[in-house]
Amino acid sequence: MSDVTHRGLPKRRFKVSRRMLPYLLSLPALLTCIGILIPFLTAVVYSLQRYRLSQPWARKFNWGENYWNFLSDDSFWNTLKVSMTYAFCTVGIELLLGLGIAILLQKRNRFNNFVSIMLLMPLMTAPALASLMWKLMTNPGFGILSYFSDLLGFEDFNWASDPQTAMLTVVIVDVWVYTPFIMILLLAGLRSLPQQPFEAAALDGVPRMFVFRRITLPMLTPFLLTAVLFRMIESIQQFDIIYAMTQGGPGDSLTVFQVEAYLNFFQSTNVGRSAALMMILWAITYFLSNIFIKNWLRLREKQRGDA
Amino acid sequence: MNTTSTLERVLRGIAITLVILFFMFPIFWIILMSFQTNDTILRVPPSMFFEPTLQNYRGLITGQLVTDTSSLEIKFMGNLFNSLFLSTSAVAVGLILGVPAAYAFARLKFRGSEDIAFTLLSFRFAPPLLVLLPLTIYFQQLGLANTYGGLIWVYQLIVLPLILWIVRGYFEDIPADIEYAYRIAGHRWWTTFRKIALPLAGPGIAAAALLAFIFAWNNFIFALVLASADKQPVTVGALAFITASGVQYGQIAAGIILSIAPTFALALYAQRYLVEGLSLGAVKG
Repeated sequence: MSDVTHRGLPKRRFKVSRRMLPYLLSLPALLTCIGILIPFLTAVVYSLQRYRLSQPWARKFNWGENYWNFLSDDSFWNTLKVSMTYAFCTVGIELLLGLGIAILLQKRNRFNNFVSIMLLMPLMTAPALASLMWKLMTNPGFGILSYFSDLLGFEDFNWASDPQTAMLTVVIVDVWVYTPFIMILLLAGLRSLPQQPFEAAALDGVPRMFVFRRITLPMLTPFLLTAVLFRMIESIQQFDIIYAMTQGGPGDSLTVFQVEAYLNFFQSTNVGRSAALMMILWAITYFLSNIFIKNWLRLREKQRGDA
Repeated sequence: MNTTSTLERVLRGIAITLVILFFMFPIFWIILMSFQTNDTILRVPPSMFFEPTLQNYRGLITGQLVTDTSSLEIKFMGNLFNSLFLSTSAVAVGLILGVPAAYAFARLKFRGSEDIAFTLLSFRFAPPLLVLLPLTIYFQQLGLANTYGGLIWVYQLIVLPLILWIVRGYFEDIPADIEYAYRIAGHRWWTTFRKIALPLAGPGIAAAALLAFIFAWNNFIFALVLASADKQPVTVGALAFITASGVQYGQIAAGIILSIAPTFALALYAQRYLVEGLSLGAVKG
């Protein structure tokens, strides 16, 4: 008898206590991320220092001077303006377009399913590569779009190489890549709406515009909000598309936060300013993502409740 | 009941056509370009008719860029391999780390679990350069600069939150009763996890892995900052390739097509998972 229990014991030794188990399971993931938290804290320190890679001897704390200087720094305000313009233009256009396409494809049939799968392709393209594709198409020498803009009477329409139209060009690329994302979210949202209100409205002969404004939109709002906030957070941090297209140029016409910080770090080797820029961007995204997560959790609860 | 008028149907048709045109034309045009030589690319006006050539692809695959005057060595295949290796390893590591953690968050409510989950999620939204810039300096000190290991670790920044949040949602949807019943039948925790929870969350894990792979493949900024030429994936390599190859536009187009083909193939092959993953990733959690 005692032999049996003894043989059972060695196995038991490996049994972890129930209380420790969750920590053990999530520890590896946590450690990996903590390794990433350290650079984050370092960035906070950098942002409070006068630190240029070219002048390591002059490195010292200057407590907030990097931030203070921003107030009178035109190029900082330009960065803020360009980033905001980019984020609002891209998200605004993507929302309208995404909503429109989702409504067009709302009915489940083979054609619509096929089209929505086709539309996934731009989203699957790496943003940096998408930029290169559009760069080839807008090349002044042979680009098909340059040819079309010529045909349409826009002479010398130089797309990304003209400060006037550079923003427009990168916004188009962003719209091309990310509209399908909003479309998919809204399509899933539209198709998950309960049918009764629509059937009732159809029976009563309510005008379609009214149905859209008073039934569809309000019920879709949580999805719209999720999509918009999510894209907003990403868009204000956009780097790939802009860097691959013009590296922030021409001039400073596209120096959004991350591009400006990258150039500050690697070209002017001004680590302090670069880190301070990133801290400000982080504050903006942190604020946005807090709203986003709250909204997201509410939506999730609601979906769980329905299910 | 059916109130769709002819006018509306025509307008719908036009709208859909325009949408397809806008989103599909760039891909179509770059594919066409990749089968052309500079002679036909540079024609004015541009035309869709030409004699297709495979020389761009051949040049990329053999690694010899032949121009009229010289022959240049290109390492585009190396970039392609780096992309494949980095993304696959990053997803594998992400799954090993992320799936157990996702299970812990979903099933075993513990003190601080929500806070930890939020912290992990917030990495998804932090500006990548904020972390990358100090990391360049650390990597140099640690000897991780320009190594696959270092890159795979940094890739966890995108892969891990994604896997955690998608897979967690799936685990939460499995009724706990099934697991309890299995445990009561005398099976141990680990067996229950392996035999019940994992298979039931299978589709979620597949969706998360697929999405994580695509995000890792498409990533640009990590490798731009942390890798030099021999470790760079296609996204960064293609940019360098443009300056290196000068004016071989057909070859650039072929390079782009080769770089986006894998994610396209994956997306087409598993579009159901993909759509589910995308909408779950952002809406459902």
